Formats: sequence, structure tokens, C-alpha cells
Amino acid sequence: MIEVQNLSKHYGDKKAVDNISFKAEDGEILGFLGPNGAGKSTTMNILTGYISSTSGKALIDGTDILEDPIKAKSKIGYLPELPPLYLDMTVKEYLNFIYDLKKCKLPRNTHLKDICNLVKIDHVYKRLIKNLSKGYKQRVGLAQALVGNPNVLILDEPTVGLDPKQIIEIRTLIKKLGRNHTVILSSHILSEVQAVCDKIIVINEGKIVADDTEDNLSRKLSSDHKLIVRIEGDQKKVTDLIDSLANVEKVDIGAKHGDDCWEYRIESKEGTDIRRDLFIHCAQKGFVILEMRSSELSLEDIFLRLTMGKSIDGGED
Amino acid sequence: MSAVFRREILSYFTSPIGYIFLAAFYGFSAFSFTSNSLKFGTTKMDGMFQQLMIILIVLIPILTMRTMSEEKKNKTDQCLLTAPVGLGGIVAGKFLAAFLIYIMGIAVTLVYAVVISAFAAPDWSVIIGNFVGLALVGAAFIAVGIFCSSLTENQVVSAVISFIAMIALYMLTTIGDVVPADFIEKMLPDVGAVWRTVITEAIVIALTAAIFFLFGKRSGVLIGGFIVMLVLGLFAAKGELVPKILGKLSFWERYVGFTYGLFDLSNALFFLSAAVVFLFLTVRVLEKRRWA
Repeated sequence: MIEVQNLSKHYGDKKAVDNISFKAEDGEILGFLGPNGAGKSTTMNILTGYISSTSGKALIDGTDILEDPIKAKSKIGYLPELPPLYLDMTVKEYLNFIYDLKKCKLPRNTHLKDICNLVKIDHVYKRLIKNLSKGYKQRVGLAQALVGNPNVLILDEPTVGLDPKQIIEIRTLIKKLGRNHTVILSSHILSEVQAVCDKIIVINEGKIVADDTEDNLSRKLSSDHKLIVRIEGDQKKVTDLIDSLANVEKVDIGAKHGDDCWEYRIESKEGTDIRRDLFIHCAQKGFVILEMRSSELSLEDIFLRLTMGKSIDGGED
Repeated sequence: MSAVFRREILSYFTSPIGYIFLAAFYGFSAFSFTSNSLKFGTTKMDGMFQQLMIILIVLIPILTMRTMSEEKKNKTDQCLLTAPVGLGGIVAGKFLAAFLIYIMGIAVTLVYAVVISAFAAPDWSVIIGNFVGLALVGAAFIAVGIFCSSLTENQVVSAVISFIAMIALYMLTTIGDVVPADFIEKMLPDVGAVWRTVITEAIVIALTAAIFFLFGKRSGVLIGGFIVMLVLGLFAAKGELVPKILGKLSFWERYVGFTYGLFDLSNALFFLSAAVVFLFLTVRVLEKRRWA
């Protein structure tokens, strides 16, 4: 369990983390969402005792990280933004070093072997870390966090630098770990946090912008009133047709895709859904809809929406 | 601590640094031994032991330059500082690893003594005393090097600072001879020692306060002011003490006794406490970085 109470960190006049509080229960995956420089890494560094807070408390399983750092740290596995790897060691030497460093009591060989199987690094076990690819280095970093089977896992952007297949693997792994660990993971990708986490905290400029379970947040952030549609048919006629639909506020014509086929960006009034209308009318006129999707929100939109509570332009880039 | 110690030993020999240090030390000490003892056909080894200190000043920065700075640069300190180990354990592990490599280096002097014993019986007690002295001065130098390494992320900068610091510690007697001990006395010739001190301190306090309130309220200014107060206060009150104090702190002055075969416990304790002080300062630097 992790409990954070009124945590602040100031660098001179700059407030990197400004009075944040949250809680992550056992068996819960907490997602930390925010743009670069929002204070995600700073918060995680404070939780793991790498830096100290200016004020406030961070409790790991009820132990204050500042009062009893050694006890609190023994319960944490931490994967920093840049995996802390000694490049001149082999994976085997490195994991054994971490095992000794954490004063791990579990049976050495089976424990390390289990971890390697879990993050799929067993076939590079005897290679120098220097020679591994970015994805494998990231996995060794994750393996390092798992050594000693700590209750709490703190993962700072764990999927950065991985290929899509690895990303899915790591996400599955994190979900699996989340069943019996407390996991905090940070990301600046909304879909990643949505895919993995039970609870999302959105943080920007050191402040918590939203603290909610994923479903509520998704509803708040839904963007069904902004559509991207690809329709085959005469451009002028299609535009007129869309314009004539109820609730449509704006139509932009996007790129051309083949003969007589354009992409349209349609914005309707907030809270309305024009997808059915659009489908029926296009079908009646004989225009073929080749593709229809809601435009995804960028992080900036999310923050603007969460902080201002109304719709924002330009979310489809 | 033992995990850090083992990793450090390993890294000295997976990188070229351990080999370079040992090879250079063996090479130079062999030259020194040949020219000082073998060539003159003497069983005395004090010449070599005196020269070895100069060699240390050049070689120990190589041994210690990466200890802390590399961790900081590669962000591997994140792994050490978030592990359930105290800062003291980390620093001690690194110190002991460097010290073990160092002992592996200076152990060669005992081989030279054995070489001498093939010709005539050497004075073993003197040689052992020399060896202990060299080990102690090395421990202090290694602690200084680790401290310098903790100040920067750049290994070259770290090596250069430790080099400068070690030369300064070595030369303190010479520096003490040159420092104008009585410059405040000359400026204020007609007042007594008490008034001289009071006036000096008042000026320093006024200046510190002015800087503090005019150019930004920083704790560094207060600490700096306090140090200047102590130093100038000493000069004002009893200027003739300054060269004496510097001489007492000089590593050379403390070490040279060992090479004459004098085992002075106070000198041994001096080097041990110097090592402890600098290792403690290293821990403070790491601690401070956390609070920055």
C-alpha cells in the first residue's frame, strides 16, 4: 500500500510537485498520467527515497520513507526512467549484484531464474548489458525491480523504447503483477494507462488534475462528438450532406484518399452522437463510408478539458 | 556493503583501470627501488618509500576518479540509493574495494624487501613500519579521492580535483612557510591582540551581513562568512600559529617519519582520522544531493 499526503518538492522557486495526495491499495495498479515535466518522475523519486520531499509524507505499507528509509526501501522495487544498469556487467552478474544489494532472502538461483522467465531475458542472461538492445535493457531494468519480490512496484514509463509486441507483453506482465503487488506506473500515453490501470491520476505542472477510476475518467474524456470519417463520393455533395445534419457544428475536409474519396473531420455539439444519422443519410444518398472513428484526445486536450471542463479544438492530430 | 564491495572489485578488473593502476605502480616502484636501494647496494628502503608518496599522488586519482562520478553520470546511483542500504555502507564498500586494489599494489614493496634479503639481512621492523605508513597515507588519499569524485559527474574533473587536493595536502608545510602569517598584525600594528581580533571579526561580520541582505539570502553566504571569521580570527589573534597548524596537517610531514623507521601512533591516527573525515564528507555530499 502506498499513501501520499500533501507531498511537495520545490527546486528553488519552482514547484516540481505541489501538494499532492493519493493512495494506492494492495493489488491495485495506479496510473500516473502527465506530459513531460509534469512531476511524475519527481514524485516517484520521492516515493523511492532517491530524493527527499520539501514537505509532506510518503508511506510505503505504513512506513514513512524519511523516518525508516531502509525498511521502506526494502518493500519497493523501482524502475527509474533510465534503467540503472552497470553496462560493464553481464545480466547474470548484475542481477546477482542486485540480489546481494537488496539482501534478498529468497533462494538465489530459482528466484533469479523465475524473474528472467517472467520478463523473458533468459536467453541473454550471460551477455554483457552494454551489448543489449534498448528493449532488453528496459527488461533487465524491470527484472532488477522485481528482485526480492517487493510488495510495491514503482515503474517510471516502463514501456518506453519497446516495440509494439514487447509493449503488449510488458503490459500483460504488469497486469499480472498487479494482482498481488501495489503497482504505480507512469506514462504520457493515455491509451497505455487506460489499458493497464485500475485507477488513474492525471498530473500536470506538479498538481493533480484528476484522480479517478478509469471508467469515469474515460467518460469524462470521451470524444464521440468529434469524428474522423472517410467517405467515397463527390466532395461538394458530401460536405453539403454533412452540413445539413442536425447538431453538426463544423466540417473540415482532410486528405484525399484515392479517386473521389476524402477524409472529413466533423465536429458536432458536445454530448450529441451523430454517427447513426450520418450512416443512414450517407447510405440513402449512395455515399460509401469507408472508415469512421472518434478523434483521439491529445494530452493537452485532456488537461484543458479536465481543468476547464469544456470542449477544445484541434484534438485530432 | 559487501555487495557494493564485490561489484567494485569486479569493475576494477572488467575496466582497464585496475590493470593500469597496478602496472603503473609496479613499474614506477621498481624503478624507484632499483635506483634508491639496489644501485647503492644498501638494505635501506626509505628513499623508495619517500618517492612512492609522489607516485601515489599521481596514481590514486586514477583509482578513485570513477567511484562516485560514474554512478551519478550513468544514473546507476538511483539503484544504490533506492536499495535498502545506508549511504555509509555504500561509501564504505567503495572505499574498501579501492583500498584492497591499493594494498595489492603496495604489497610489491614486500617483494622488494625479500629481494634485498637475498643479499643481506634487511631491517624488517623498519620495512613493516614503512609499509604500514604507506598503507595509512594511501587510505587517507583514497578517501580524499572518493570525496572529490562525489563532487562531480565528470571523471576527468574528478581526477583533476583530487590531484590538486592531494598535492595541496602534500605541500601544506611549504604553503605554511609562504603564507604571510602576520598580515593583519601589520595592518593594525598599534592595537593589542584582543582589539585586533575584535576589529577583524566585526569587519567580517559586517561584510557577510551586507552580502547576505543585499545579494540574496543564502545559507552558503552565512557558512562562508563563518569560515572566513574563523580563519581571519586565527590570523588576527595568533598569526604565528598558522604555519604551525598547516605543518601539522601536512601529509608529507606526517608520513616522512614512517620512512625513517619511527612509528608514531599520533601520525597513524592522523591518517586514519583523515580517511574517516573525508568518507564522512562523501556521505554528507550524497545526503545533500538528496535534499537539494
